[in-house]
Amino acid sequence: MIKIVAYLVSLFFILQSSLFAYSSNPKDFVNELVSEAINKLSDKNLTKEEKAVFIEKVALENVDIKALSLYTLGELRKSSSKDDISNYQLSFEKYFLKSLTSRLSDYSSSEFIIMGEDKKSATYTIVNSMVKPSDGPEIKIDWRIYTKNPDKPLIRDLIVEGLSLARTQKEEFASILNSNNNDLKILIIKLEEFVKN
Amino acid sequence: MQIFKNIKLLIAILSISTLVASNAKSTEECFEGTSRAIFKFNMAFDDIILEPIAKGYNKLPSTIRTGTSNFTSNIGTLLSIPNNVLQGNFKQLGHSVGSFAINSTVGILGFLNPAEKIGLKPNKEDVGQTLGSYGIGPGCYFVLPILGPTTARDTFGLLADTFVDPFAHVTIREKELFNSSGNALDYYSIKGATAVDFRADNDKNFESLEKNSIDLYSSLKSIYLQDRENKIKNSIEDQDEWGNLDN
Repeated sequence: MIKIVAYLVSLFFILQSSLFAYSSNPKDFVNELVSEAINKLSDKNLTKEEKAVFIEKVALENVDIKALSLYTLGELRKSSSKDDISNYQLSFEKYFLKSLTSRLSDYSSSEFIIMGEDKKSATYTIVNSMVKPSDGPEIKIDWRIYTKNPDKPLIRDLIVEGLSLARTQKEEFASILNSNNNDLKILIIKLEEFVKN
Repeated sequence: MQIFKNIKLLIAILSISTLVASNAKSTEECFEGTSRAIFKFNMAFDDIILEPIAKGYNKLPSTIRTGTSNFTSNIGTLLSIPNNVLQGNFKQLGHSVGSFAINSTVGILGFLNPAEKIGLKPNKEDVGQTLGSYGIGPGCYFVLPILGPTTARDTFGLLADTFVDPFAHVTIREKELFNSSGNALDYYSIKGATAVDFRADNDKNFESLEKNSIDLYSSLKSIYLQDRENKIKNSIEDQDEWGNLDN
């Protein structure tokens, strides 16, 4: 009996992990990830909470949130203490997941097409894609994929119609820091406030 | 009276040129406190006037919305024509002239867009972009009442647009072109319709941005500046600012 339970439990975990194991080729990685996301998010049988759990899980597995948090901090990441950086990263992750869930949970179905890829360096590939929403014009989205570990590509940025989401976030944070004497603690408080509201 | 108008215009142009020249390489704020106050006013204006109109507009049948969008976009192409010449971009000039000619005739005064179906896709060009293509930096950043985010260079461009744009000559200055003329009301009505169409098209994006920004003013500033950079380069080439950020 214990063996059967152990078998079932391991099978569950294997299935769970395989569910989120996408291809290591950047183009296929984006295609598989987005296709699965479109299916899940347009599934009317799933509740908003179930969709939120899915978005968070996919983001934690496939977005380089740690690097994104450092990038959005700009030059301050070099002069801040390790403790401050680590507190900031914890708050940033919560902020990022809440913001992403809020943006995607009201998703309506779209057609997604991979247009091509451009290997910029050994560590970066830009995957070009096109989204055709059911109720609007086509949207060009480029994905900055970090490929330092070739077996585990990670998303670092989305460039929507030429607008980098990471750069927008970085400049938003820079403005908050500039008007608060570059005090990282103030930014952390603002991120925490966003998560609570 | 005309002399006073010209002096006012000259002063405006000189002030803006000074701001552009002194900040040619950076996009610093000119007067952030004032800009933030104007931004608040603009957001209230949007909440009370623009957003409800845009939401109402979005409820219209899609054929009407697409027709309006095509019509305003076709008139907007007129401003691109002289700017393509000024930029020496003759391929784009062909796209602009061809698109305007086809859409204004076959496309029933621009309500339809048959030019796109034959591969004519004109980029929108204005004097701000032309100056940018000459290597003139954006100058400092500020927010204008109602008109929104801008830079010193783009504000100068906005004024200059009315001198370069054939549609402005026919309407604001009431000059005749092909035996037709209009008035200032026509010009501002088209600009208003363009703004409503843009706002309606981006309604969900604005909502999401408003909901997910910690500092909406800075987010919109970043988006505006990135968009202008892309339009000047006529490309959306990836900017590698990540450097050696390794985990």
